[in-house]
Amino acid sequence: MMSRFLPLILFLLLGALLAVGLTISDTKTHIPSPLIGRPVPDFDLPVLDDPARRLGPQDFSGAPYLINFWASWCVTCVVEHPVITDLARSGRLRVVGLNFRDEPDDALGWLARHGDPYAVSVSDYDGRVSINFGVYAAPESFLVDPQGEIVYKHIGALTPEVLEETILPMVSAMQASGS
Amino acid sequence: MSRLPVLAALLLPLLAHGQLQVNQEPLVFDDPEQQARFTRLTEELRCLVCQNQNLADSDAPLAHDLRDEIFEMMQAGRSDEEIKQFLIERYGDFVLYRPPLKGNTMVLWVAPVLMLLVGAGVVGFSISRRRRLPDAAAGDAQTGDER
Repeated sequence: MMSRFLPLILFLLLGALLAVGLTISDTKTHIPSPLIGRPVPDFDLPVLDDPARRLGPQDFSGAPYLINFWASWCVTCVVEHPVITDLARSGRLRVVGLNFRDEPDDALGWLARHGDPYAVSVSDYDGRVSINFGVYAAPESFLVDPQGEIVYKHIGALTPEVLEETILPMVSAMQASGS
Repeated sequence: MSRLPVLAALLLPLLAHGQLQVNQEPLVFDDPEQQARFTRLTEELRCLVCQNQNLADSDAPLAHDLRDEIFEMMQAGRSDEEIKQFLIERYGDFVLYRPPLKGNTMVLWVAPVLMLLVGAGVVGFSISRRRRLPDAAAGDAQTGDER
């Protein structure tokens, strides 16, 4: 009796296994950042269009902000650019650009071509700071709370959905608890 | 002649790759022992860009940078564990090809043993059943002969 149903049971088990594999395959390549809940990695980087000026995390604390890793060689950054621009224009969240592994001239040219949505962009020429942030793709974005702690990380192009459903509600919650 | 444009087109990706400013300078090791240690370490660390390659093999710009970083940490006298910890703090356990034994990796470690036990159980069960039914097996063989 048992042996008649054994192939069916095995088939169902295999089916279940494959279904689980399919549903997690999207998140599998998205590595959860160990930095969430931790302070922003320290950095001291030159401002992209004014290299004599240097900025670090302490210059941005006090209000929530988004660190957006971008580069002129990054194709997806062009896709993401209108979303970042809309966000910056709306005034709902400060966006700090972190230009990494990029020639400053190329980066400035990119901003001139597409428009500069960033409150400020700093330049991580050798990519050291981006390693400290655990960045392995571009673009990547980190939401930082007023105390300077990373609360959320998004890998890949930001979409209006991610902003409206995840990031901006987090920002509202911070502002509600802060005031 | 007509193949020339095709060949040129094939070379285009190389140009694009050149823009990524990869540091191609070979690392200079103090001694072969240090080189062996470096190779061992980078072989068990995952390249985050090409996730099915290790850091030793990958040619991605990030892999170059991380190799440089690991090399510098070795030169500074940091241990293998410290170097791995540095990477885990930034990229998570995912950088390790040999995941640590933790709650969420339990299934990885336990599943093979479990499968072995299940397999042994199935084999044991079918052997004991065949022993118990020698007549049926003989009967099968006979019907085979009759045809």
